[in-house]
Formats: sequence, structure tokens, C-alpha cells
Amino acid sequence: MFYREAGDFKTSYEADNQTFPIAFDRYRYWAVLAVAYLVIPFIINDYWANAIFVPFLIYAIAAIGLNILVGYCGQVSLGTGGFMAVGAYACYKLMTAFPDVNIVLHVILAGGITAIVGAAFGLPSLRIKGFYLAVATLAAQFFLVWLFNKVEWFYNYSASGQINAPERFVAGVPVTGANTAPWAQYLICLVFLTVCAIVARNLTRGTLGRTWMAIRDMDIAAEIIGVNPLRAKLSAFAVSSFFIGVSGALFFAVYLGAVEVGEAFGIQKSFLVLFMIIIGGLGSIFGSFAGAAFLVVLPVALKVIGVDLLGWPTDIVSHLQLVIVGALIMFFLIKEPHGLAQLWRLAKEKLRLWPFPY
Amino acid sequence: MKDAQDSYVTPDGRTIGGILMDMRNITLRFGGVEAIKDISFNIREGEIRAIIGPNGAGKSSMLNVISGFYNPQEGEVWFRGAKRPQMKPFQVARHGIARTFQNIALFEGMSVLDNVMTGRLNKMKAGMVSQAIWKGRAEREEVENREAVEKVIDFLEIQAIRKTPVGRLPYGLKKRVELARALAAEPNLLLLDEPMAGMNVEEKEDMSRFILDVNDEFGTTIALIEHDMGVVMDLSDRVVVMDYGRKIGDGSPDEVRNNQEVIDAYLGVAHD
Ligand SMILES: Nc1ncnc2c1ncn2[C@@H]1O[C@H](COP(=O)(O)OP(=O)(O)OP(=O)(O)O)[C@@H](O)[C@H]1O
Ligand SMILES: [Mg+2]
Repeated sequence: MFYREAGDFKTSYEADNQTFPIAFDRYRYWAVLAVAYLVIPFIINDYWANAIFVPFLIYAIAAIGLNILVGYCGQVSLGTGGFMAVGAYACYKLMTAFPDVNIVLHVILAGGITAIVGAAFGLPSLRIKGFYLAVATLAAQFFLVWLFNKVEWFYNYSASGQINAPERFVAGVPVTGANTAPWAQYLICLVFLTVCAIVARNLTRGTLGRTWMAIRDMDIAAEIIGVNPLRAKLSAFAVSSFFIGVSGALFFAVYLGAVEVGEAFGIQKSFLVLFMIIIGGLGSIFGSFAGAAFLVVLPVALKVIGVDLLGWPTDIVSHLQLVIVGALIMFFLIKEPHGLAQLWRLAKEKLRLWPFPY
Repeated sequence: MKDAQDSYVTPDGRTIGGILMDMRNITLRFGGVEAIKDISFNIREGEIRAIIGPNGAGKSSMLNVISGFYNPQEGEVWFRGAKRPQMKPFQVARHGIARTFQNIALFEGMSVLDNVMTGRLNKMKAGMVSQAIWKGRAEREEVENREAVEKVIDFLEIQAIRKTPVGRLPYGLKKRVELARALAAEPNLLLLDEPMAGMNVEEKEDMSRFILDVNDEFGTTIALIEHDMGVVMDLSDRVVVMDYGRKIGDGSPDEVRNNQEVIDAYLGVAHD
């Protein structure tokens, strides 16, 4: 009975529009934020940062971005890896061209550049839908990776063809480069994720979000209420690509430090992020978090349990991982398109009535 | 908008104004099929105009021409005394024309409230930045428009299902939500494609009452397609009769009812 909404009446439309209308949810939200900002930075070590937390934070940003496009606006995309690469290379070019400008600004600008590129690649969505659009974005994926390999200007003519993040500081603390402390990596990604999630939540609950969902659910009816399909779809591509660009920039500059485009941002990355939102839940910000967490933690957990504890061979464990992910994708696509987020909602609905089932 | 002699007062005391929408010699073809053959008719401000005719007569096609889904091969559409250029449906919507569909076209993944809120998209102008931080204009507009939407929800008596996902609603309620979404836009001209199809008697009575109230209270001009002759005769000021893409009758319900061609082509055949 501690999880309840009875007696929690709303007396204004502002209150009814809140992100967490139920008081208990609000407390939990603040508790999670407090732990994330005030506890984890002090206890995090290199292993936890690199294996779990930093990739989770960065993938969560990418998943939010892709979810806006796929989950909210209904436009399928397999170009996530390519758009992350745009963010990464934009960030690299900005960092090396303007070494005195703050890295935070570079990451945001990289997001902006990716937004423009994403909108351009979104143009075919006006004519084609579904499977065909997916193929078009797949073409974008391969084209972008090819481009960053081919045109030497993008990697400043370095002999290796790689890009390397130079050392940059925020408030005197290094956040990129070899001397970065795990807590600094963690914290800068956490700040970006927090802001991105709040912005995504606000955009999706307001006018723009309704416009996107209208296009997703029935584009003919959307047009009849005055939605310009061109603007709706392109804005979804742009906003989605902004977040994906930010995540690509962080993935390169803060997490990996050095990137070879085909390896870091290949087609596997597009599928990974797509799987995150399918498992987490299409059309849900919380689902983006859940899916990112799940697919980041799963391989680590399997390795710890399978290889370290049970002594299974590594290749068996990695195959097991593929089987689990594949089975889950099929389960969620067929049974529960709204993913873990929906299972969580159902659990809450049960809990709300507990212990009286009626 | 037109001279005074153009307008008149109905027996029940409503004022019917000048011509709002004028369809002139409209011809619409799909390949070899002529769905509409050289039809002219007008819709006056403030009236309830019915379009009737047997299945396949071209009634829905006519509404689709008005709302911009189809562009007629021949003919002109005049709106508020000016010839209307070719328009996309979303542009037509911005001229204050809202509609419902014969096969309900709601956003199934969204709640009733969100569906009705989408009806007001054209009234919400906050920029993306304001929306992203949920402050200033975006927040203000959200509350103002929510108030307007709640009035529509009260009006159509769907308060109880506000937060229900539309996909879970029964057919009759879906029709009502679709009307709510159209009304939320505060249209000047409301197009209803068979608003009572598939409803039981009670639901039809409710819907008839809503249509009359909308017309009466907000002065909204309404064009509706309906098969139930009783409903049409009760509701409408004037009736257009279509058959095989041609117009075979146009006038008050009584005139139409006594028109021999109409009786032959329609009333005798598809009176259900
Ligand atoms: N998009 C289209 N492509 C081809 N033919 C069409 C199309 N839309 C309508 N038609 C044809 O135009 C004719 C008129 O159809 P319409 O839907 O306007 O009839 P209706 O009067 O609304 O009939 P109902 O009472 O069954 O709704 C029909 O012969 C139909 O097959
Ligand atoms: Mg029809």
C-alpha cells in the first residue's frame, strides 16, 4: 500500500502535467539522482567506469535519440552508428581546430552538426516508409563510415587513419585524454545524460511530441489536424540525430579516446542501439535507460558468471549472449513492443492495487 | 461576408449567412473511374448541410476534395469568396476546416486527452527551445490549451475516459473522441463523414444532439454525410443528393424527399 495514488488529487493542469504525477515516483527520482551525483562519483573505480557506467551513460543518450525517431515518430533507422560517427568526427575536428574552446561546447556543436546531417538523410522519409526507409538509412550508415575512412581531412591526415582525443579540461579537471580520472569521465557523461533526458522528456510530452506521435500512429489523420509531415519528420530526424551526435562525441572523446571509424561506429552499433530501445521499450524515455543498462550489463554479467565463476570457455559465453539477445528481441517484438518499460508499468499497476486485487 | 439579403433565419431561429464554401463544376477521376461528375453546390455559413447518396456515389470523395486529399481534374473550389489554390490537407486545416473520417482515424497509441490535444496543434506556437526547457510560452500554452480541451471533453461527456489509451475504447466512443479532436480545433467548417455509422439508436441520438449543439452554440458550419434518412431529415438545413458521381438533387429536406429522381435513385433502393 505504500505505492499509492489515492488521495493524491490534482488541483491544476500544471500539476497534472508533471513528469512524475505520483509522489512516490518523484521521491524515487530524486533518490536516484542523489545517488548518481553524490555517491557513485566518490566510489567509482576504473573497472566500473569503463565496463559499466560510462558506456551505459553514453548509450542511454544514443538510445533516447533513436527512440525519439523510431519510438515516438515511427521512422525506422539503421543509421545510428553512422550518425554517432558524425558526432565523433565533428567533435574531433572542432577540438583540433579550436583548442581553446571548452569541450562541452564542442560536444554540443557536434550534436548540432549531426542534427543537420541527420535531417538531410531524413529527407527520403517523406517518400518512403518502413522497410524501405530502413534500407535507405542503412545506406547512410555505410556511406558515412566510408566517407570518414576515405577523406583524410576528417582525420587530419594522420598516418594511422585514426582520430585521437587531445587532452581537454572542464573547470581545470581533465575530462579527455590519458590522464582522465574515472570519476571525471563518469560525471561529464552523467551531466550530459541528465540534460538530454530532461530535454527529451519535455519535447516528447509537449506539442512536438504529439506531432511526432500523430505521424507515427496515422499520418493521414495527422495531416488533417494541420501537421506538416515534412516538418514533423525532419524535426524528429534532427532532434534524434542531435542526441546521437552528442553520444558519438562522448563515445569518442571521453570513453574510447582513439577511434577507427569502422570498428567503433560500424553497423553493429546501429543494431546495438536499436536492440536497446526494442528491449527497453519503444516510445519511452525510461525504456531507453532500461534497454541501455540491460545491454551494457548483460555481457559483463555473463562474463563474470560464465567465464570467471563457472569456468566456461569464452566463445561459448559470447554465443550465449547472442542467443539471449536474439530471443529477447523476438519476445519483445512479438509479445511486448513497449518493452521493459511496459513490464515495469504493469508491475506498478499491480503494486498500486496490492494487497487488494480489485 | 455577403450582403444581408443573402442570409436568412431558420424556423428554429438560427441565422444562416452567405456562402462559405462554393464547389464549382467539380470533376474527379481515378484512372477511368469518374467518382465525381461536374458537380456544383455550396455550403452557407452556419448551416448544417447534408450529403447523401447510395454506396459509391462519391460522397467521401467530395469531402476529400474539400479537405485537400484529392485534387479535382476539373472545377474550382471557392472559399470565403476567393478561389482556393491547390492545397495540402494540413494547409486546409489551417484555414479552419476540421473533419472526421468514415473509418475512424485516431492516434491509437495515444490517450484520449493527447488525441484531443492534437486538435489544437495549430494554436500552439511555442518554439523548440521553449518546449525543451518547458518554461515560458510552451508551459503557458500547454495549460491554456488544456483548459480549452477540457471544455470540449466536458461538452462531449467523455471526462471519464480522459486518460484511457484510444486503442482500448469501443467503437461508439472512438467516434466521439474523433469528433472531440475536430472540435478542439475550433473549426469554422466541420466535415463529418458518416458520424453515426455503426451506432445503436441511443448513440445516434447522443451524436445528433452533439451535432446540433455544436452548430447552435458555436455557430459552426457543418457538412455531414449520413445514410440514416431520419437523422438527415431532422438535422440538416439543406441536402445534396449524389448518385454515381452525379448530383441528382439539392434543396431543403422536404424538397429532396419529394424529388422524383431522388426517390427513384436513392430512397427506393437503399432505404435501410
Ligand atoms: N483512392 C481511390 N482510388 C480509386 N478509386 C476510388 C478512390 N476513392 C474512391 N474511389 C472510387 O470512387 C467512387 C466513389 O467512392 P466514395 O468513397 O466517394 O463513395 P461514397 O459515396 O463515400 O460511398 P460510401 O457510402 O460507401 O462511403 C467509388 O467507385 C470508389 O471505388
Ligand atoms: Mg464514404
